Amino acid sequence: MAGSGTAHLRQPSESLLRVENLVVDFPAGRGKKVSAVSNVSFDIAPGETLGLVGESGCGKSTTGKAIMQLPRPTRGEVSLDGTDLCSLRGEQLRNTRPKLQMIFQDPISSLNPRRTVMQIVEEPLNIWKIGTPEERRLKVSEVLSSVGIDPEAAAERKPHEFSGGQCQRISIARAVITEPSVIICDEPVSALDVSVQAQILNLLEDMKARYGLTLVFIAHDLAVVKNISDRVAVMYLGKMCEIGSPDSLYAAPAHPYTRALLAAIPLPDPNASLDTEHHLEGDLPSPISPPSGCRFRTRCPLAQEICARVEPQMQHVTGDQFVACHFPLQAVSETPVAVQA
Amino acid sequence: MSIGNQIDGLPTPSGTPGAPKLLEVRDIVTRFTTDRGSLTAVNGVSLSLERGQTLGVVGESGSGKSVLSRSIMGLLPRANTERSGQVIFEGKEISGLNDTEYRELWGDEMAMIFQDPMTALNPVMKVGLQITESLRFHLNMSKADAKDTAIALLKAVKIPEPEKRFSSYPHEMSGGMRQRVVIAVALACGPKLLFADEPTTALDVTVQAQILDLLAEQQRERFMGIILVTHDLGVVAGRADEIAVMYAGQVVEQAPTALLFSEMKMPYTEALMSAIPKLTDASHTRLAAIGGRPPDLVNPPKGCAFSPRCPYVQPRCHEEAPALTPSPTAPEHLFACFYPIGSPETEEIRLRIAAQRLMATAPQFVTPAQGPPPIGEVPAPPSTADQPEGM
Repeated sequence: MAGSGTAHLRQPSESLLRVENLVVDFPAGRGKKVSAVSNVSFDIAPGETLGLVGESGCGKSTTGKAIMQLPRPTRGEVSLDGTDLCSLRGEQLRNTRPKLQMIFQDPISSLNPRRTVMQIVEEPLNIWKIGTPEERRLKVSEVLSSVGIDPEAAAERKPHEFSGGQCQRISIARAVITEPSVIICDEPVSALDVSVQAQILNLLEDMKARYGLTLVFIAHDLAVVKNISDRVAVMYLGKMCEIGSPDSLYAAPAHPYTRALLAAIPLPDPNASLDTEHHLEGDLPSPISPPSGCRFRTRCPLAQEICARVEPQMQHVTGDQFVACHFPLQAVSETPVAVQA
Repeated sequence: MSIGNQIDGLPTPSGTPGAPKLLEVRDIVTRFTTDRGSLTAVNGVSLSLERGQTLGVVGESGSGKSVLSRSIMGLLPRANTERSGQVIFEGKEISGLNDTEYRELWGDEMAMIFQDPMTALNPVMKVGLQITESLRFHLNMSKADAKDTAIALLKAVKIPEPEKRFSSYPHEMSGGMRQRVVIAVALACGPKLLFADEPTTALDVTVQAQILDLLAEQQRERFMGIILVTHDLGVVAGRADEIAVMYAGQVVEQAPTALLFSEMKMPYTEALMSAIPKLTDASHTRLAAIGGRPPDLVNPPKGCAFSPRCPYVQPRCHEEAPALTPSPTAPEHLFACFYPIGSPETEEIRLRIAAQRLMATAPQFVTPAQGPPPIGEVPAPPSTADQPEGM
């Protein structure tokens, strides 16, 4: 549970974005530190969507920001198309920005309230001096209409005149206008109603197909993540628990934490019995002094003595499903457990 | 309590046979005066609730569900607000009370849990004091008694180390803990009616399950009536006895939970249901989003408020507004629709939509209505991306 290891990584040549042994620490005063992300590794193939799920405080947003180098990770490697972003400085790093964009949770506060939609969506093109002013305007209209906003009516209006769902569409337009290869979506639908959420999820799928995007989709709602992802990574307190394709991971979770997350989802069916047996008790432990060994052991129903001593490593379950747990719920293949570093 | 006008005969203690209902709301209308004109946020809603029962109120943002609960409780500002209709609490009309009279009622008889636990608590006041405040005011408890009761309440809402937490400030707690404190504050004086306005929307899914379990447990122990307001049909499905679906300030469908889910009548309820991503669907299943937006409540559309977004719309829907009427087969099932799900008109359209969808399933690419094709090459999505349904 909450373990390390890189057994689940594919060949570097197959991946567009590769994160290896990512560590993000924040100083917590008096010499202490918060280890927000600790030894997380994953890779994403071109055109793939990786869903990152976990509770608040599990480090999923910090991972997303560390990929953007905002702030820079404490240790580890983030390579985009073979370039290690962590080793880049200044202008070199800035030049990778158009390739790597972000969409935020709160659509209203992520748009400048004093600018018009035209200015907001056009700005990346101005910064990168792409095209003539005329071409820029055409491009903005094209992108706005592709996200379902009427460019004629919207261009001169300001964000407050739009609903949350529409603001999220504008954020998406701003993110795709530089034709990025990867977009990091940090809880893009958490602040939206179910009906609007469905619109935005469908739109993201459309934009992915249209602009050939690769997405990192961060969310705490497992049903949403399943819908949009090709691969799902479950995080807990800065560690990776389990990774796999959504259909196999949801059908047969190998990690007790994944099972607990699945049990907590309220089903829109009054006859579905509530799986209260697997509901988690208590809160996330403090990331300032995380539990030894497996970080999930304090809330895990299966924890034993070994969990406090040895941190589990990623093990192969089946297909592309990998789990970091000493007592996985599914049989793991025979590969020996890597030695604790 | 000696406030309010008596309506339905003598008020008898709740629970005895023939007692008035815990809450009865009749034809409540709430209007706000805005710069653009009068906005009808709640438009003629009638509801009733017994002790020990949970009523789920479901709808999108702007459907009036929060304004409804605030109207019932009398929490809306007086300025620019126009309210009519009857709110009968335990047989007494309470909608005309003044602030002092409401003060007697709030906390003691009815209480509310708000959506955002970060802002519902006073940040500069220890949580213990926030709980004892109402105990001291309503129940005239001594300081020591109030403290003991508050600690017992913190224990009841499953806060670890309640004695220590009694003197914590809200910022020292996590979101889930703070929501527990908000619940403890609401439960302090043993209200008979609890409004829970999106109590778990700001919380994680694991904490959401904990909080909903806790509310159900407290409801059993205290025999409270709960009005659970949410936009998530999943939240109310397993928790509410009865569900009212709201749209544009009106209840458009209301039925006991099992009946509502098994025999949905209103196209809006069906649309809300199908917009939820389901765990049982394969990934990349296209979601059935509801097109368009809720109507402008200053200038509501003519006819049925849902007609501009309804897939089954007929000419009559644009002309006349359907009234909330009982289903011919089950009188406890109310809906406001001329052509409910299951009627020949909607079934025909449904078949047509299904056929269209089948034709259009294979590629997920969309052809933009205007604009040139995207610049740069579009790599084919990976093979997993286009799995057909039934995986």
